[in-house]
Amino acid sequence: MFQNIGELILLFWRTVQSLPLSWRQRHKIFDQFFEIGNASLLMVCVLSFFIGGVLALLTGPVLVQRGLANSVGGLVGISMCKELAPVMMSILIAGRIGSSMTAEIGSMRVYEEIDALRTMNINPIHYLVLPRLVAIAVALPLLVIFSILVGWGGGALVAATNHQIAVSFQSFFSNLREVVAVKDVANGLFKSFVYALVIGVVSCHQGLQTIGGPRGIGRSVTKSVVNCIVAIVILDYFLTRLLLAMFP
Amino acid sequence: MNEPTLKSNQHLGVSLKVHGLHKSFNGQEVLKGVDVEVRPSEIFVIMGPSGSGKSVLLRHMIGLEEPNAGEVLVEDKSILTPETMEDYRLAMVFQSGGLLNSLTVGENLGLYLTEHRLKPPGEVMRIVAEKLEAVGLKGQEDKLPSELSGGMRKRAAIARALVIEPQLILYDEPTSELDPLSAVVIAEEIVKLNERIQVTSVIVSHDREFAFGVADRMAVIFDGRILAVGTPEEVRSNPDKTIQEFLNVDFHLQKAKSDSKSK
Ligand SMILES: Nc1ncnc2c1ncn2[C@@H]1O[C@H](COP(=O)(O)OP(=O)(O)OP(=O)(O)O)[C@@H](O)[C@H]1O
Ligand SMILES: [Mg+2]
Repeated sequence: MFQNIGELILLFWRTVQSLPLSWRQRHKIFDQFFEIGNASLLMVCVLSFFIGGVLALLTGPVLVQRGLANSVGGLVGISMCKELAPVMMSILIAGRIGSSMTAEIGSMRVYEEIDALRTMNINPIHYLVLPRLVAIAVALPLLVIFSILVGWGGGALVAATNHQIAVSFQSFFSNLREVVAVKDVANGLFKSFVYALVIGVVSCHQGLQTIGGPRGIGRSVTKSVVNCIVAIVILDYFLTRLLLAMFP
Repeated sequence: MNEPTLKSNQHLGVSLKVHGLHKSFNGQEVLKGVDVEVRPSEIFVIMGPSGSGKSVLLRHMIGLEEPNAGEVLVEDKSILTPETMEDYRLAMVFQSGGLLNSLTVGENLGLYLTEHRLKPPGEVMRIVAEKLEAVGLKGQEDKLPSELSGGMRKRAAIARALVIEPQLILYDEPTSELDPLSAVVIAEEIVKLNERIQVTSVIVSHDREFAFGVADRMAVIFDGRILAVGTPEEVRSNPDKTIQEFLNVDFHLQKAKSDSKSK
């Protein structure tokens, strides 16, 4: 495991070193970027809508009973942008995009395509890893912005239409604006940026490590998704603590 | 990506030396001390039975594998130092082609030139079309590798190596999967390339006719060891029994069949 972490850090560092080449690889970065958006935008919206909805559904009645009907908006707002949107979307993207990165690079590995690149003196890190890492590091925070907005919408809709809560749109959002500051949203975006790097590096690394035939690719994909999710959830705790300590 | 710093001698073949190469995979020894010297600009053919380590040897020659012992030298510099890969144009045609499946045939062929920014896009397209025609795949630029037959993929892979105009080119079974006519076309292309840019060519093959037809010198490898090296005539007249058997076996099935029928 520690050897793996060392390799991941090394791969990340090599990719960071090749960042100046991003401009040259811009077409590949755009391709990856649009692929990520295409593959996940709809899913992000649906998922976020229901996450926001269930948040309001669960907390609303309890708050209303205690005469805190006004704080439903703030609660949904804060939980969505600081925790649920970044973490849930990262997990979604790990399953949707991370897996396909591993599968693609893994099959290139197995079918000697990466060897062919190396014989042409084309560095697989520059050619394959860099565009994917840059694209996901930009795309995931953008998707999280979507997720936050849609989640708020879902929460507001449930709060307004559920007869046990019955908090109007206006009071939901005025409370939300009172409670949620720009730094809270920034906080969530920063988290998702970190998780995007984790997903990109873990998926590409696992792809490059693939051995064996089609079964090896399958094993790699499973491993990369599981590792990403475990890493995100564990990292989330520590990152949250760190951010709480830095911006109380 | 680092530009290959090409010098004025860019069209001249390089020498290739392999010294005492040993390689094991999971305890199984595949190369048991291989020594080969390939002279600049010659066509060197390596023959040997299936599983004797030909592909593994070839992968060492272009730095895809690290040996357990021994070394591979290109112009007396180790293949494993990054500078060697940058100073010399090298190319390899993989046994399975090694085309990038997500790119079209045309993009595959132009990959080296576009990634290293050696030629403007229009020029790349012209060169790609020219090389495709040379291997008999005219107008197939926009197909994906998965839309080609095995033999067409092989020819596209050879065309990709031709585009690089290398100083050292390694072919792994260039004529397997090809019909006799295409095999002759490819053999002619290999020889033509060798004459035109004096590229050092190393060819792995068990196609005897092809091997003796194109080779300047050849080696026979058996079970991870080189048994014989020399000109085709020298190898053909080598008294070693295994070599003679390998070079002269023929199909006797028809005879065996009729024998068993007559019983
Ligand atoms: N990556 C690897 N891991 C484990 N064993 C390997 C690996 N590559 C090759 N081998 C083993 O090395 C031996 C030689 O393989 P190689 O591919 O060089 O044979 P070959 O001479 O090219 O045969 P063919 O003519 O069938 O292509 C085989 O026994 C093979 O099992
Ligand atoms: Mg082979």
